[in-house]
Amino acid sequence: MNALEIDTVWKYFGDYPALRDVGFNVEAGSVVALLGRNGAGKTTLLRILAGLSKPSKGSVKIHGSEVREEPTRRRIGVLGHGISLYDELTATENLVLFANLYGLKDSEKRAHQWLERTGLERVRDGLVREFSRGMRQRLAVARTFIHDPEVLLFDEPFTSLDDRAIAVLQSLIADAQKRGCTIVMSTHQLREAIELATHVVLIRKGQFAYAGERRQEMLDDPTWLYRTYEGDGAA
Amino acid sequence: MFLRQCLTVAAKDLRAEWRTKEALNASLAFSTVILVLFSFALDPNPEMMQEFSGGLLWLVFLFAGALVLNRSFAREMQNDCLDALLASPVPVSGLFLGKALANYALLMTLELICLAEFGVLFNVRWLGNIGALLIVMALGTWALTVVGTIFSALTVNLRLREVMLPVLVYPMMVPPMMAAMILTTSLLNGDPIGPGNILWVRVLAGFDVIFTLLGVAFIDTVLVG
Repeated sequence: MNALEIDTVWKYFGDYPALRDVGFNVEAGSVVALLGRNGAGKTTLLRILAGLSKPSKGSVKIHGSEVREEPTRRRIGVLGHGISLYDELTATENLVLFANLYGLKDSEKRAHQWLERTGLERVRDGLVREFSRGMRQRLAVARTFIHDPEVLLFDEPFTSLDDRAIAVLQSLIADAQKRGCTIVMSTHQLREAIELATHVVLIRKGQFAYAGERRQEMLDDPTWLYRTYEGDGAA
Repeated sequence: MFLRQCLTVAAKDLRAEWRTKEALNASLAFSTVILVLFSFALDPNPEMMQEFSGGLLWLVFLFAGALVLNRSFAREMQNDCLDALLASPVPVSGLFLGKALANYALLMTLELICLAEFGVLFNVRWLGNIGALLIVMALGTWALTVVGTIFSALTVNLRLREVMLPVLVYPMMVPPMMAAMILTTSLLNGDPIGPGNILWVRVLAGFDVIFTLLGVAFIDTVLVG
């Protein structure tokens, strides 16, 4: 069974087709780099994969089940543009909240483990609104991983991260890969994405200009994909 | 599990509100100002209060309650928290009910304080039928809560949501507000609930059941599409 099945998906916003007849299957354990210019449709696709938006036509399945089904959502971890944390709650309270929502036992213990892993144990009782940007993002990473998801969806995860947060996230992604998780990551960091990826999808104006395995040409020259499928060298 | 998730969402909202007191402070201040202004503007005598005490009280609840309800889903837009909640295994209906429970607790707190202020400013004795009065307030407030919570979700992405929420909620609230106002006026005048006005209790209860079910049924479409 494929981890992700995207089948003839269209998404309209009013009359505008943000996604046009896109389809792709992702095997379990794959890392998919979702590339494309701003406005190409990456975030729209990721939101549909996360169950945050419904396709206008077509379907998306994760491990053979509809995305909006509760058991499916337990298996997904999402790190979007926003940190998805409550400023008025402490770091521990935020993680315990999400651990409880995901039905985890020992939610406090899990929260403390993840605070330690992301270097936030010392500020566990601090309100998130008092955190620096880097601290907030490390906490967001902890929130994403706390329930040990099998499918990870990242929307430009490295954007605006400080060095420490990048190191934490890279380490967690590497661990997730070893565990056989399926990862879909949209990013503008071409070289890092292609080195990490097993598959690459290039979205251009709502359509898949390329969707397949990573090729040697991409590793040799990350801009090859854009030059070949978008006709210019600028990424 | 469903109940646990609802209570987790409700507890989260109440904890956040307790820390900031944004909605409560604003609504309490607003309701106090309205009551004071009404007491000056109307200078009511006992005969006038017999006519419109219930109407006046529920108007205050409605206006001040909108400030609480507006914050309900608006607080989820900060930091894209709504996305994390929708991506989690919590059923959207559970999210709706959890938020409704938190809103209900906040609205009842607001209303009990307003009731005390109302009694002082307008010289109204409300302890006589306190049991029945609390039942009417409980039913009427749940009606406001479920309608307000669903429309808070509907208007969450609108720039003019502070304006749109009352514009959408108040017309929907006409039936239960009529019932609540009539019942409250009777009770404040010392008349108990009986065969003459039990119909209005049924209107309130029926509205609560119907709109709770509608809210649970449609919240997924409202939030996810």
